[in-house]
Amino acid sequence: MKIAIASGKGGTGKTTVSTNLASLLAESENVVLTDLDVEEPNSGLFISGKKIREEDKFKMIPEWKKDECILCGNCQKVCNFNAVMKLGKMIMVFPELCHGCYACSELCPTKSLPMIPKKMGELKHFKSGNLDFIESKLIIGEEQAVPLIKQTLDYVDENFPKRTIKIFDAPPGTSCPVIEATKDADLILLVTEPTPFGLHDLILAIETMKELKKEMGVIINRFGIGDNNVEKYCEENNIPIIAKIPNMRKIAEIYSGGNLIYTKIPEVKIQLESIISFISEYQQENVL
Amino acid sequence: MKILLTTKGTEWDSKMDPRFGRTEFFFIYDEETEKIDIYDNRSIANEAHGAGPKTAQIMSEYNINVLITGNGPGGNAGAVVSQMGIKVFVGAGEMTVKEAFDAYKNGDLRET
Repeated sequence: MKIAIASGKGGTGKTTVSTNLASLLAESENVVLTDLDVEEPNSGLFISGKKIREEDKFKMIPEWKKDECILCGNCQKVCNFNAVMKLGKMIMVFPELCHGCYACSELCPTKSLPMIPKKMGELKHFKSGNLDFIESKLIIGEEQAVPLIKQTLDYVDENFPKRTIKIFDAPPGTSCPVIEATKDADLILLVTEPTPFGLHDLILAIETMKELKKEMGVIINRFGIGDNNVEKYCEENNIPIIAKIPNMRKIAEIYSGGNLIYTKIPEVKIQLESIISFISEYQQENVL
Repeated sequence: MKILLTTKGTEWDSKMDPRFGRTEFFFIYDEETEKIDIYDNRSIANEAHGAGPKTAQIMSEYNINVLITGNGPGGNAGAVVSQMGIKVFVGAGEMTVKEAFDAYKNGDLRET
């Protein structure tokens, strides 16, 4: 079963929920936690384990061979991302803009743009008891998160049985990386804060997930600040609120130290247990 | 010298556009012939990615010697500009086209 922890707004507590939920679940069963926020993964700050695998990840980009090129400019015409440009008597490739679609390469009449692998990031796999933790990270300068997220999801699919609970710490927002990180998930948990800004971005996330026809639940973090408009909205739109994590200075202090929270604050553990029962109910209803 | 300025309009007293990749117009002035050439780049607003290289590609077809802009091209467009051997002067983002051109002639703009 795949559960994506997402949010509209950044900084609402996706990583807090992901790491604590995965660790609590791992006390009684096998769990895979995967950090898909490949532009700035941070779940690893809270999970210690033994590194069991490390892989470089590559994307395919075109490389210009000038000898046979007739400078027809077809490559530039077919590229949707402005990643290949004809400049005077040369063709320039912008690897960071390239989406690896092969169009320029396949449609080149003289085969002057062969595709070559370019390293885009690294995947690391750690293990600690029942918990497998996988983290991918783009190398500096890489702009394309989607191909690395896709390859990371493939790694999870290839290495773990279907039934195992898999938690994906998704990137924030509603753009392409979020779609990639959530599109295969059975269940989406949206973490928000009860403020006007939190609600605004939560609505964007909910609308996106509705478009993807996803089941979802909302987790309110820092409950107690702001107002009650998130609750009102969820009620009016029939979206279950499955946990309310209280706003406590102590939580921020523990988080800042890179530690798990539920082991020290019972109120948080109660909220996580409520998330776990929501997940089990979903599992039973859908035979996952 | 053929000089390209990134602008928000088509006249000497128009405002400069501080952006390179997403500039609204090219204002191209040929010092020898004293001819002005305008390129309307406003459709660049539709590009989600790669505005810099795209604008740089169009610029490359004008065979210019000097680029005057506000903030200067970013990494991708900058690679094109240096490939073409174009001199880049920045810091003219808040001026009019005429002021930017005069500042360049007086050596008041920073070359990157």
